[in-house]
Amino acid sequence: MYNFEFAKAKTIGDAVKALASDDAQALGGGQTLLPTMKQRLAAPTVLVSLNAIPEMIGVCVNDAGEVCIGGATTHAAVAREVAAHYPALAALASHIGDPAVRNRGTIGGSLANNDPSACYPAAVLGSGATVKTNARDIAADDYFLGMFTTALEQGEIITEVRFPVPHKANYQKFVQPASRFALVGVYVAQYAGGVRVAVTGAASDGVFRWAEAEAALSGDFAAGALDALAVPGNDMITDLHGSADYRAHLVKVMTKRAVAAAH
Amino acid sequence: MPKDTGIGARSKRREDVRFLTGRGAYTDDLAMQGQVHAVMVRSTVAHGRIVSIDTSAAAAMPGVLAIFTGEDFVAVGGNPAGWLINSRDGTPMREPKRPVLAHGKVRHVGDAYAAVIAETHEQARDAAEAVAAGTEIEELPAIVDMAAAVANAGNRVHDEIPDNLCFDWGWIEDNRAAVDAAMKAAPHVTTLELVNNRLVPNAMEPRASIGEYNPGTGDYKLTTTSQNPHLTKLLVCAFVLGIPEHKLTVVAPDVGGGFGSKIYHYGEEALVLAAAKKLGRPVRWTADRTESFLTDAHGRDHVTTIEVGATLDGEILAIRTNTLANVGAYLSNFSTATPTFLHGTLMAGPYKVPHVYVNLKAVFTNTAPVDAYRGAGRPEATYSLERAIDKMARELKLDPVAVRRKNLLKPDQFPYTTPVGLVYDIGDYHATLDKALEMADLAGFEARAAKSRAAGKLRGVGLSTWIEACGIAPSHLVGQLGSRVGLYDAATVRVSATGTIQVMTGAHSHGQGHETVFAQVVADKLGVAESAVEIVHGDTSKIPFGMGSYGSRSLAVCGSAMDRALDKIIDKGKKIAAHMLEAAEGDITFENGSFSVAGTDKAKSFGEIAFSAYVPHNYPLETLEPGLEETAFYDPNNFTYPAGAYLCEVEVDPDTGKVTICSFTCADDFGNVMNPMVVEGQVHGGVAQGIGQALVEHTAYDENGQLLTASYMDYTMPRADDLPFYQVDHSCATPCTHNPLGVKGCGEAGAIGSPPAVVNAVIDALHRGGMTQVSHIDMPLTPARVWAAMQA
Amino acid sequence: MTKVTMTVNGKSVSGDVEGRTLLAEFLREGLRLTGTHIGCDTSQCGACVVHVNGNAIKSCTALAADLDGADVRTIEGMANADGSLSVIQQAFQDHHGLQCGFCTPGMVMSAAALLKENPKPSEAEIRTYLEGNICRCTGYHNIVKAIMAASGQDVSAIAAE
Repeated sequence: MYNFEFAKAKTIGDAVKALASDDAQALGGGQTLLPTMKQRLAAPTVLVSLNAIPEMIGVCVNDAGEVCIGGATTHAAVAREVAAHYPALAALASHIGDPAVRNRGTIGGSLANNDPSACYPAAVLGSGATVKTNARDIAADDYFLGMFTTALEQGEIITEVRFPVPHKANYQKFVQPASRFALVGVYVAQYAGGVRVAVTGAASDGVFRWAEAEAALSGDFAAGALDALAVPGNDMITDLHGSADYRAHLVKVMTKRAVAAAH
Repeated sequence: MPKDTGIGARSKRREDVRFLTGRGAYTDDLAMQGQVHAVMVRSTVAHGRIVSIDTSAAAAMPGVLAIFTGEDFVAVGGNPAGWLINSRDGTPMREPKRPVLAHGKVRHVGDAYAAVIAETHEQARDAAEAVAAGTEIEELPAIVDMAAAVANAGNRVHDEIPDNLCFDWGWIEDNRAAVDAAMKAAPHVTTLELVNNRLVPNAMEPRASIGEYNPGTGDYKLTTTSQNPHLTKLLVCAFVLGIPEHKLTVVAPDVGGGFGSKIYHYGEEALVLAAAKKLGRPVRWTADRTESFLTDAHGRDHVTTIEVGATLDGEILAIRTNTLANVGAYLSNFSTATPTFLHGTLMAGPYKVPHVYVNLKAVFTNTAPVDAYRGAGRPEATYSLERAIDKMARELKLDPVAVRRKNLLKPDQFPYTTPVGLVYDIGDYHATLDKALEMADLAGFEARAAKSRAAGKLRGVGLSTWIEACGIAPSHLVGQLGSRVGLYDAATVRVSATGTIQVMTGAHSHGQGHETVFAQVVADKLGVAESAVEIVHGDTSKIPFGMGSYGSRSLAVCGSAMDRALDKIIDKGKKIAAHMLEAAEGDITFENGSFSVAGTDKAKSFGEIAFSAYVPHNYPLETLEPGLEETAFYDPNNFTYPAGAYLCEVEVDPDTGKVTICSFTCADDFGNVMNPMVVEGQVHGGVAQGIGQALVEHTAYDENGQLLTASYMDYTMPRADDLPFYQVDHSCATPCTHNPLGVKGCGEAGAIGSPPAVVNAVIDALHRGGMTQVSHIDMPLTPARVWAAMQA
Repeated sequence: MTKVTMTVNGKSVSGDVEGRTLLAEFLREGLRLTGTHIGCDTSQCGACVVHVNGNAIKSCTALAADLDGADVRTIEGMANADGSLSVIQQAFQDHHGLQCGFCTPGMVMSAAALLKENPKPSEAEIRTYLEGNICRCTGYHNIVKAIMAASGQDVSAIAAE
């Protein structure tokens, strides 16, 4: 990897200051960024670690009943600490990467990167969560702007993610067999105001909501409610691991399974 | 009662202690005083003409010590193929030069055309980028698809080879007409086109090499990740760099897996030696994983049409195959032997077949060189045969087990001369089949299938009865067939004055546990404790000669050499004992570590004899030299023929196409077994690689010759949760008739026998689920492929 | 260059590192603890797994500078105080849970982390937990068996070693 200047922020303010220059980049758990830098595909001149900012680490439940997760909280911590509050989200976190990756990778890092096959974007969009940054609150529906693209500005840091807790939810991941990222992952969450269905891995633009399924499930939260629906294949990814048609098919299969397993 | 020491014992591996405590010494773990770092500059295009390389900017960068390009190696030799194959018309194969660094053209993505040596790895890498930036390569159309390569005479991987054809081989050409006639007359002919998918061996330790040069003595030393240090030495000295053979030592320290990929000599090894000489400092190079994907020799990559002519009750009358075999951009050392004499000669399988003919065309493409990978040719033959026989049984509405029973050779038919040039010495294929069926509880299959159905899954069962030929030999025969090396091996047994023993063996363990297993054999034979025996391997300065470890040959060939050397030690011991005991040599017997005079209680222990050999106070010096050290070379008079029956049960998820292995059962005949624990471990590993090939492993180049699967993000390695506990058995043993230990070899079996069992099981599951239109799916049977087949 | 100080296998160590120095490089090249291996570039093979502050991580995907002050344990620190093999290491030897040995340090470190959080894991739990550790030699059979045995479970009924 190219060399860089390393800085470790102790507060959000420190981090924001250190990230002010154009080619500075934030380092979360580094589980995607460091491999990318090893391949010399990313070359920040300053790397600012967010791993030692106490106010960005941990899980709590706020007065509105939302589960609030600090941006530098690892997947392993989410799996452990969220289980009692939002089991579907904890279960999703407990299947990201592998155990060693989960001990380093963070929710903020994953969302800032917005890999089209990552799991967290499905949970955030499927839960209608709020991405809180050092500067503002961003609704999930406004946050994901396409593959590896988000609403974050240069130097903006995800400090917390707030999840409203649904009545029922479930995430089903069909893994890409090599990387173990989602070939297709579907997050289904049932709220008082309706059902949200978010799909990751499948589409070239990254995570998306499957509106027809949401409508059908909001009327009848049962796998059978999806029988008549078909996911169009035209926006789906075709690659070594599956055609667009296959992914479209899997979206429906995984959605049904998520509905059946939701609790 | 199982033994607790010596031959047949489950001795724990002594090498484990260092590996488990972090004290293994793999090449990249070694640090040399004053070392510097090499980084290769590799082509990013599959095919191109090198127009110019400007290294001036790179040369001026911090820490840069030297830059090499192909020009620097024009005057030296190249890396040769180890086996000359003649085409059907008698013409010799086309053998392009394989230089240390590409010169003139680059021929696959990853082909190194320059190398940078710098004080640190990162400095070398920075400068390598600058070399790449200073290089102009005129990109040429990539030749990727084999059929197109042969058809398009205008576009050539090697300008001097007009149709990209290395050879067009017929085996056995004289039998061709008879096979054609038998096929024509057969009441039923099953035809199957199939792909044996290209695999990347993926030893977990990436290749690494360290070159050293002593200007005071002119001695070179190469420390490298090799299964075969003596061959590397021979190739570097005699073919590539022209170093006098006595001036180069090749050391392969602990080696982290090979599976074939570390048999061969690679250009980086020559480069670090040349650079070490130029700079007078140790030069090290270690591949990153992507380099391993791009440049380690790959395996398999055949496209085959197989026809099986049979009677309506399933008796095989004739087998005919036509294959295109990819050799990649250059001929790796064993690349021409693998698809021919390790493949065509196995096309009769374990069956009594009167007529067999194999045609195989080896094709150059702009892809990484392809060579022997665990099984090497034999998995390709087994897969073609076992898939085709399964299809034949299905077409004739016959039970696949019954069809195999009908055709398997019977124990009283050995020795058996096949129509493809081998003589099977011994076996009992019906016994292993029966054993596998019993272990797998085939009788209970329907009940398990019903349970799967109730859970919404399709269950299937697949069988493979396989044979392989190991310990490739004898040298005079392989010489007639084109081999450029002998395939014997050597061992020296050195007994010390205190009776402890070192064995210098030409085998080289890269995971097989030779340090333990070879010591068991020695301990058993000499009646000493295993702990008194040390196995020395992997250092050409210590070992008389060796052809390394591959092709399941270590025990069958190297172990036999060791056994012969031990015989010599015992013979000499008897002479010493006869003198000390004042008896005739013919009256001395050796048993349980004691030399005794037959019929008396007069005896000398092995230790006493050893001591006497080195402190020869009471010793027949007039007729016998002191010392106790013997060397033997052993050249087998035949291959060995391990065989077995594998049964696989799978479940297919009809919604997603995902295949789950429910059980995998192996009944193998490896002849005598020295350490059952190690043998079982070898089978487990081989089966995992075979399941990997069948279900997940896929090496894909796009039409521009870019490797799409160049990391673990896209090349699927089987993981713990993809695989079951395996059931393995080796009790149906028929000891090899022609080597002293009666051993056959076990390293490749799992990888050979398993892929067709898995695919047969999946096809069976789909048929049982009503999808009878699916007659074949090409490996790997990924969920996407299985699902697509189900939609057809 | 930044100076980092860590506790590695119970001993305080320090050294100068660049920003880009990975923990694996610091251990291997800086401290000559070469039992931690590097088998891939993409954080998948797991040959480099070590424990940092009690948790298993991939040392090829962590910066040494980011772990200033950390408590690190590597394969070299896994044996018993008297140098004998720990229960997990001994189980790997007893059940032939390694062949070439290259992935083994990472396997042992992952196994230790698993047993810490789940003292009696089922076969399926072990297989799932090892998702990030690739072994090319053993087919995992004897690794899974060794970990079950190390957790005190009777493995005699499992098919042969």
